[in-house]
Amino acid sequence: MVGVSSMASASAPKCNSHTSENEPVKSTSQDGVNCDLNETVPRLPGETLITDKEVIYICPFNGPIKGRVYITNYRLYLRSLETDSTLIFDVPLGVISRIEKMGGATSRGENSYGLDITCKDMRNLRFALKQEGHSRRDMFEILTRYAFPLAHSLPLFAFLNEEKFNVDGWMVYNPVEEYRRQGLPNHQWRITFINKCYELCETYPALLVVPYRASDDDLRRVAAFRSRNRIPVLSWIHPENKMVIVRCSQPLVGMSGKRNKDDEKYLDVIRETNRQLSKLTIYDARPSVNAVANKATGGGYESDDAYHNAELFFLDIHNIHVMRESLKKVKDIVYPNVEESHWLSSLESTHWLEHIKLVLTGAIQVADKVSSGKSSVLVHCSDGWDRTAQLTSLAMLMLDSFYRSIEGFEILVQKEWISFGHKFASRIGHGDKNHADADRSPIFLQFVDCVWQMSKQFPTAFEFNERFLITILDHLYSCRFGTFLLNCESAREKQKVTERTVSLWSLINSNKEKFKNPFYTKEINRVLYPVASMRHLELWVNYYIRWNPRIKQQQPNAVEQRYMELLALRDDYIKRLEELQLANSSKVSSASTSPSSPSQMMPHVQTHF
Amino acid sequence: MLGKGVVGGGGGTKTPKPSFVSYVRPEEIHTNEKEVTEKEVTLHLLPGEQLLCEASAVLKYVQEESCQRGVCGRLVCTDFKIAFLGDDEPALDNAETQFKNKIIGENDITLHCVDQIFGVFDEKKKSLFGQLKKYPEKLIIHCKDLRVFHFCLRYTKEEEVKRIVSGIIHHTQAPKLLKRLFLFSYAAAAQSIIATSPKDHTVMFDTLKDWCWELERTKGNVKYKAVSVNEGYRICERLPAYFVVPTPLPEEDVRRFQGHGIPIWCWSCHNGSALLKMSALPKEQDDVILQIHKSFLDGIYKIIHRPPYEIVKTEDLSSNFLSLQEIQTAYSKFKQLFLIDNSTEFWDTDIKWFSLLESSSWLDIIRRCLKKAIEITECLEAQNVNVLLLEENASDLCCLISSLVQVMMDAHCRTKTGFQSLIQKEWVMGGHCFLDRCNHLRQSDKEEVPVFLLFLDCVWQLVHQFPPAFEFTETYLTVLSDSLYIPIFSTFFFNSPHQKDTNMHRRQLSLPLTQPKSSPKRGFFREETDHLIKNLLGKRISKLINSSDELQDNFREFYDNWHSKPTDYHGLLLPHIEGPEIKVWAQRYLRWIPEAQILGGGRVATMSKLIEMMEEVQSLQEKIDERHHSQQRLQAEAPCLLRNSARLSSLFPFALLQRHSSKPILPTSGWKALGDEEDLAKREDEFVDLGDV
Repeated sequence: MVGVSSMASASAPKCNSHTSENEPVKSTSQDGVNCDLNETVPRLPGETLITDKEVIYICPFNGPIKGRVYITNYRLYLRSLETDSTLIFDVPLGVISRIEKMGGATSRGENSYGLDITCKDMRNLRFALKQEGHSRRDMFEILTRYAFPLAHSLPLFAFLNEEKFNVDGWMVYNPVEEYRRQGLPNHQWRITFINKCYELCETYPALLVVPYRASDDDLRRVAAFRSRNRIPVLSWIHPENKMVIVRCSQPLVGMSGKRNKDDEKYLDVIRETNRQLSKLTIYDARPSVNAVANKATGGGYESDDAYHNAELFFLDIHNIHVMRESLKKVKDIVYPNVEESHWLSSLESTHWLEHIKLVLTGAIQVADKVSSGKSSVLVHCSDGWDRTAQLTSLAMLMLDSFYRSIEGFEILVQKEWISFGHKFASRIGHGDKNHADADRSPIFLQFVDCVWQMSKQFPTAFEFNERFLITILDHLYSCRFGTFLLNCESAREKQKVTERTVSLWSLINSNKEKFKNPFYTKEINRVLYPVASMRHLELWVNYYIRWNPRIKQQQPNAVEQRYMELLALRDDYIKRLEELQLANSSKVSSASTSPSSPSQMMPHVQTHF
Repeated sequence: MLGKGVVGGGGGTKTPKPSFVSYVRPEEIHTNEKEVTEKEVTLHLLPGEQLLCEASAVLKYVQEESCQRGVCGRLVCTDFKIAFLGDDEPALDNAETQFKNKIIGENDITLHCVDQIFGVFDEKKKSLFGQLKKYPEKLIIHCKDLRVFHFCLRYTKEEEVKRIVSGIIHHTQAPKLLKRLFLFSYAAAAQSIIATSPKDHTVMFDTLKDWCWELERTKGNVKYKAVSVNEGYRICERLPAYFVVPTPLPEEDVRRFQGHGIPIWCWSCHNGSALLKMSALPKEQDDVILQIHKSFLDGIYKIIHRPPYEIVKTEDLSSNFLSLQEIQTAYSKFKQLFLIDNSTEFWDTDIKWFSLLESSSWLDIIRRCLKKAIEITECLEAQNVNVLLLEENASDLCCLISSLVQVMMDAHCRTKTGFQSLIQKEWVMGGHCFLDRCNHLRQSDKEEVPVFLLFLDCVWQLVHQFPPAFEFTETYLTVLSDSLYIPIFSTFFFNSPHQKDTNMHRRQLSLPLTQPKSSPKRGFFREETDHLIKNLLGKRISKLINSSDELQDNFREFYDNWHSKPTDYHGLLLPHIEGPEIKVWAQRYLRWIPEAQILGGGRVATMSKLIEMMEEVQSLQEKIDERHHSQQRLQAEAPCLLRNSARLSSLFPFALLQRHSSKPILPTSGWKALGDEEDLAKREDEFVDLGDV
């Protein structure tokens, strides 16, 4: 939201909302961008200019605009050549999902010959080019090469990026420290290195927390019964009642309804870690029909007869394909034009908010079970890396205020998503030209949307602001940082991602002020339950419709600005008061030669803090 | 009476699940047990208020978590309100009494606030009116402020049931005489209290001076004059005693058709163009009379078309715009979405929420009003033409559109007194028939159209989009909308100033919230909430200002152009009217629905942070001032009252007492069919056969 406000107050460049950083390019120097204003294109260390071309940008809001486009190995940058418009946009190539040629040699209409670029961040870019001189062919080839480097055996830009920050974002998450913060290991739970070389489970992190009473051999036997060996491991433990959230993949029950004594025993061991007599609650994120259907391919769910001490609930959250189609429909109603007369029913027909509602509802149930001390919870879907990650991380966000701070949230993403093998590379398709890949799906975006919905309902509970969430989403696609690259920890280790790339958290943490919510009030031990009703869920306009200059949400900014003014005023008054007090006390002390010193007066002023 | 009483339990209480205790702190349980003592709750009566009938052993249902429970008590009906007095009403703690509404308690329903009454007979819900043959076992009252009450009469004595049910039906549903309004008995009984006219800067527009002042303020006095031809309502009872017309207009023209066909001034823009309104001449078949009408109007138009007057653009609001019928239909569908009987109904409608909202058309009507106001603003501001609003009586859509235009164009109308003066000028003096439109006398349901509420909702959209542009907040608007049904304030209980003047002998209490601070009885809330009502964000608004230099004849261009510039909160304000920008006024419509409450969240959370910061800054400022003025040492300042935002619900200050537990509310309804995505839904995330291991 700060970003939008700075744009609103800028001297109204017509389309400036096109900058990917959501801010005027000038200020990108703070992000570590070498931005010499005399230079034509801002450049990151390690970024090289490939080509530039004169084009006509066909702006869906303001019509055709003549400009010059610059293509580097990281970005596509456009500067208007028209005097009345200072249009600039700056799109990292990683955002591009598809490049199409429009018009052929015989095209006659004005601006009908050129390129149409589909982006992953809810917009399209359209350029008209001259037919003569192969300028379109050149641009198409260069863009294809650098936007989809994997198809051309080129490295992703993150591996070429030479940015330096004064904070190392890779140091943010240290699993041992995070588990220690949760009070682990304890008498019931131990840290195991059984997966040190990713032999037990290729897509899990090296370090896992498992019940003390389960031996490494037990774990191996359980792994054989869980899809892709993703065994139940601890995600979070309640500091007081010791209820836990455990995550895993589906059991390999299959058509024949196979059972596995070790798995059954293992779940019972988990149940018993807090000496509760109640059953273990299993939340299967899928709709029950899908869970049943999974038996046909060898999967399934925990049946009552096999797991006497567990109670299973389905959360009815749909699969990655449904979510992908839903987001596509959202784009259809918001870009380039916002559906006007039937906005509400169109929005409903996308089902996007309905999906959000179900994910939130599931997470609330998980959080409530654990927080109320009713029972420990085991969460899985099919493989335990999409819906499961959404549910555990959202429930943890509701339960543990630590994750609502900037670093806490980074740790949460790093832990539940990155280390536990959410397949970012497949879901986003970094550098991959196959735009129609069925593996792509906006699961992480959906999670961030849920977080945004929560922050909207609890505007004082999060240390970060909307811009923080949007920045994360922008760099989910940009390929500037290594944070979201590849599918799992083992692959990242092989590619030496932490050594060879920069972390997104370096950018954010070296610039924290920009991402802070001024209203943040730290409240320890407060459980946040959002209201998962359509009455309160909203489309995230500032993200999904941010390219449309007609839709501008300025209202939170104004309140925030006023609050910031007050904060500044307060600090100023405190300073003045201190000065007055100092002056005063020195007068007093010189007059009465009393020993009262300024330091004695100080606590006085600070009573409010 | 609520939440806290759970453990003591009324008749309808389900046995709480064993886990329940974990949501109640132990100390709460103990206080409860002490609280449940035989205690007769006394009925609080206003001056002049009389008890009409009552029934005991009535159970009021309280929605709690996912079950309902009953609270036992007395149901009474006075000539002012229906009230329920719970037997085991727990004492409210300090923080709670502080925010209590002083006139209408949580279980009070003014007679005018009753919308519909239902009886439940053998599980069947039936609308109740007229004489009853059979009396229901359960009474459901839907209120105009969207509260829903359920009273169980099964344990009440038969004759008491008869008395209370027929009493309530009679006093709320039967047609009434104007002089039977509680307003009058209150005024008579409370004379001594209201005698001193409070210091109030709201301009009432009941004197010539007030109109002159307004002309001067808007610099309209060059071309327009205030007239007193209608003093004592000599010419017509529809118009106020004083109003403003173009200077050259002869006074006998006003007399000619009792004020019909006369351009009446509403407001002047900084560039000299004016907003005018005119009530149409009576419909006639006779050609001769029509000819007379035509030549009369020609004469009128000649006057206002000639320089120095700008070109006039006529906006006929009777045709080509909204009809009152549309507004009525839309609102009756819309309000139904909030009159929810139970949790199941809430969640069942949740999935279809957006399409239900859309099918009511209420938001679309708001959008159309805002759009019309922008169009007129464009004419006045950019084209520099006069706009003449035309309507049959010039007292419904004219009031709505002209006041909306003024809120958008005139920053003065965005202050509290400015806004109240605007309501006084355009609605009260403008002759909006509040009595009929609110159906206060229950004389004709057909006439009941929420035009004023529609106006407030339009203003709410503006407040929501541009909070710093207003001195008041949404809470102010919500309280204002409630006061439509409180017959203590005379403002909204007459059809015209003439009717008011002939019926009221002394000046009555007018709009709420304009009372001096020294009389704690009369303000709605204490100072504490006053902060919430008065917007702290609004800086002093000084002048009307800011002309855009471009002259555009196109709405879209005008609109886009304005929105591409940074907003000047003290200048022209144009609302966003795109689909996603028109929202539901949640504070008014959702406040009584427990499922919709966000505990410790909502916008009130940021507002209370703002207020805390304001207080801190203020106290620091005082300290500095003190230091400057005297050398004396300061005592340690008591820390400002910190509101525990975790305890405030998103619907504060309205439904403060509704929920005490922090248990999450879970949707109970299932998933709606995906339609054409069904096949996708059946697919696997990944097409990998896991095989039979």
